[in-house]
Amino acid sequence: MRMRILEISVGAFILAGILALVGLALNVSGLNVSNTEGAYTVYARFENIGGLTPRAKVTMSGVAIGEVTEVILDRDELVARVAMNIHSDVDFLSTDSSASILTAGLLGEQYIGITVGAEEEYLQNGDFIEDTQSALVLEELIGKFLFNEVSE
Amino acid sequence: MTQFDDVVIDIQKLSFSRGDRPIYNEVDIKIPRGKITAIMGPSGTGKTTLLKLIGGQLKPDSGSILVDSKNIPALSRSDLFGVRERMGMLFQSGALFTDISVFENVAFPIRVHTDLLEDMIRDVVLMKLHAVGLRGAHDLMPSELSGGMARRVALARAIALDPDIVMYDEPFTGQDPIAMGVLVNLIRRLNHSLGHTSIIVSHDIQETLGIADYIYIIADSKVIASGTPEELSRVESEQVKQFIQGLPDGPVPFHFPANDYEDDLLKGNR
Amino acid sequence: MDQLALLGRKGLDKLAAFGRAGMILFQSLVAKPQPLVMFPLFVKQIYFIGVLSLIIIVVSGLFIGMVLGLQGYTILVDYGSEQAVGQMVALSLVRELAPVVTALLFAGRAGSALTAEIGLMKATEQLSSLEMIGVDPLRRIIAPRFWAGFICLPILSAIFAIVGVYGGSIVSIDWLGIYDGSFWANMQNSVNFYDDVLNGLIKAVVFGFVVTWIAVFQGYDCIPTSEGISQATTKTVVYSSLAVLGLDFILTAVMFGEL
Repeated sequence: MRMRILEISVGAFILAGILALVGLALNVSGLNVSNTEGAYTVYARFENIGGLTPRAKVTMSGVAIGEVTEVILDRDELVARVAMNIHSDVDFLSTDSSASILTAGLLGEQYIGITVGAEEEYLQNGDFIEDTQSALVLEELIGKFLFNEVSE
Repeated sequence: MTQFDDVVIDIQKLSFSRGDRPIYNEVDIKIPRGKITAIMGPSGTGKTTLLKLIGGQLKPDSGSILVDSKNIPALSRSDLFGVRERMGMLFQSGALFTDISVFENVAFPIRVHTDLLEDMIRDVVLMKLHAVGLRGAHDLMPSELSGGMARRVALARAIALDPDIVMYDEPFTGQDPIAMGVLVNLIRRLNHSLGHTSIIVSHDIQETLGIADYIYIIADSKVIASGTPEELSRVESEQVKQFIQGLPDGPVPFHFPANDYEDDLLKGNR
Repeated sequence: MDQLALLGRKGLDKLAAFGRAGMILFQSLVAKPQPLVMFPLFVKQIYFIGVLSLIIIVVSGLFIGMVLGLQGYTILVDYGSEQAVGQMVALSLVRELAPVVTALLFAGRAGSALTAEIGLMKATEQLSSLEMIGVDPLRRIIAPRFWAGFICLPILSAIFAIVGVYGGSIVSIDWLGIYDGSFWANMQNSVNFYDDVLNGLIKAVVFGFVVTWIAVFQGYDCIPTSEGISQATTKTVVYSSLAVLGLDFILTAVMFGEL
C-alpha cells in the first residue's frame, strides 16, 4: 500500500510537470500549434527597417497572419530585404498590397502591417510586395521637425 | 600438516600499501577448506583490508590471491561478481540496508542471484532467520534492532545463498558478553552444520582462540606466527606472547612513534 | 617553491577527482539496463527527489512571481507601460529564474540529501556489502538516483515557472488592477515558445544533469566518517550552486546573446 501511494504521487508529479509545460506553451507563450506548417514566403524591400527582427509578427488589420523569417541587406538595391512567412489560409493578398513597419505602442516592438489593394491577382510564394513604407525612426522624425521649424 | 591438504584460499607473496605506508609485505596465507581460520593482530594492521583484498574490493600491489585457483586480482569485473556469489561477508557494522525490512535484507541476495518463486524465497529467508534466532523479527526495520541483533541479521544475510566462504569482520567488537557468547556459538554451529569455510578477522583473543581451528597473527605487515591455538600458546616469541596475553607494552609498542618524551615536554617552557 | 608544489598537487587532485567523477558517470549509465529491477528503484527516487521537493518549489515560485509583479509594476508605471508587467514577469521567469532558482533550491533540498544518503551508505559499509553480495552499487544505488534527478529538475522548473506566472498575475491583475487582457496578451506576444520556453527547459535539463552528478559523486567519493560526510554535503551545495550560476551565464550567452 505504501508503494502504491508512492507510485500514484510520482505519476501525479510527472503529469503536473507535463501540464505545467503545456500551460507555459499555450498560456504564457501563446504558441499556436496549427500554424507551424503550410506557409508561403513573400518578400518586401524597405528603405529602413528600424528595429525589425526575425520572428516579428506580420499582421493584417491587427490580426497576426504570419511572421518575419529573415532580414538581410539586398546587395543590388542597397536596401533591406525582409522575408516573411504568411499562413497558407491567408491566400487573398492582392499583388498591389502594401507593407509598412509599425510599432506597438510608443516603445513597443516593431512588426509589419499589410494592407490589401484592389488587384484581382494574389501574391504567390516568392513574390515581392512592391509598395512598402519604412519604419518611423524617432530621430529622423525629430530631425525633420526641427528642420521644418528652422526653415519656416 | 594435514590442515593444508585442501586449501580453498591461497595467498602468495601479497604486497599492499596505502599511500606510502606498507600494509602487507610479501605475505603468504593459506586458508583450509571447511575450517574456521582466524586472522589476528593489533588494530591498524590491515586485517579488514585483507578481507577486502580477498573479496576483490581492493587490488594488491603485487602477489596473487587464489580462490579455488582463480586469481582474484586478475579477474574481470563480471567474473569477480561471479566469485563473490560464493562468498558471504559479515561487516563490522552489520551493513544492513536501512531502507528495507529485515526480511527484505535477508531476501536481497536471493532475489539478486536466483529466480526462486516468492514463497520459496519466504521459506529460505525464514529458515535463515530461524538459524540466527530472529525469525520473529522479520518485519522490523533495521533501525529497530539492537546492535547484536543487527549483526545476527547480517549473518543471516551473509549465509542466505549458502556460500562456500564466509568472512567475518570483527564479529565480536562492541558486543555485550551475552551477545558475544551467542555469536561465538552461532559461528561455530553454522560452520559445522553448513560446512563452509570461515575466516574471522578479530582482535578479541579469548573468543577467537575458543573457536578457531587455525590462527594467523599479523604485525608489522608480516605474518609473525601461525598455528593451531595450542601451538600458538607454546610459541616463545615475545611479540606473540605479548599479543596473546594482552600485555600493554612489549615489542609491539604502546606508544605511537614520537620524539623524546622529555624533549617534547620541555619544549613548552622555552 | 613549496607553494608551487602544493598548487600542483591540488591541481592534480582536482583533476583526478574529475576523472573519478567521469568514471562513475560512465559506469553507472553505460551499464546494461535491467528494467524490471531498476524501474521500482527509479520511481522511488523520483518520489524522494522530485515529489518531496514540490512544496518548496511551489511556494518559492509563487512568491518570486509575486515579487516580480510588484517590482516590475513600480518600475514600469513610471514609463506608463505597466501593462508590460506580464511580459517582464514571464520572460524573467521562463528564461532565468525558473531554471536557476529551481536548480539552487534543488541542490540544497535534494542534492545535499543525496550526498548524505550515499555517504552514509558508504560509512555504514552498505556499498561494500552490496559489492560483496555481487551487486554493482553504481548500478543499484547511483544510476536510479542520477536518472531521477535528471528527470525531476526540468519538471520542477516548469512547475516553478507556471506557478510564478500565476503569482505575478495575482499581484498585477487582482491587486494592482492591470487589465487582464493586456497582461496576458503582452505576455503571449513577447514570450516565444522555442526561444524562451524550450531554452529555459534546456537549461533545466543541463542543471539537473550537473547538480545530480555532483551530488552522487560527492556522496560516493566522500571520506566515510561523519566529518567527511558533512564536508561532502557542503561541497555538493557549494559546487553545484557555483556550477549552476557559471553554466547559466554560458548557456545564456549561447542562447540569447549574439555570440
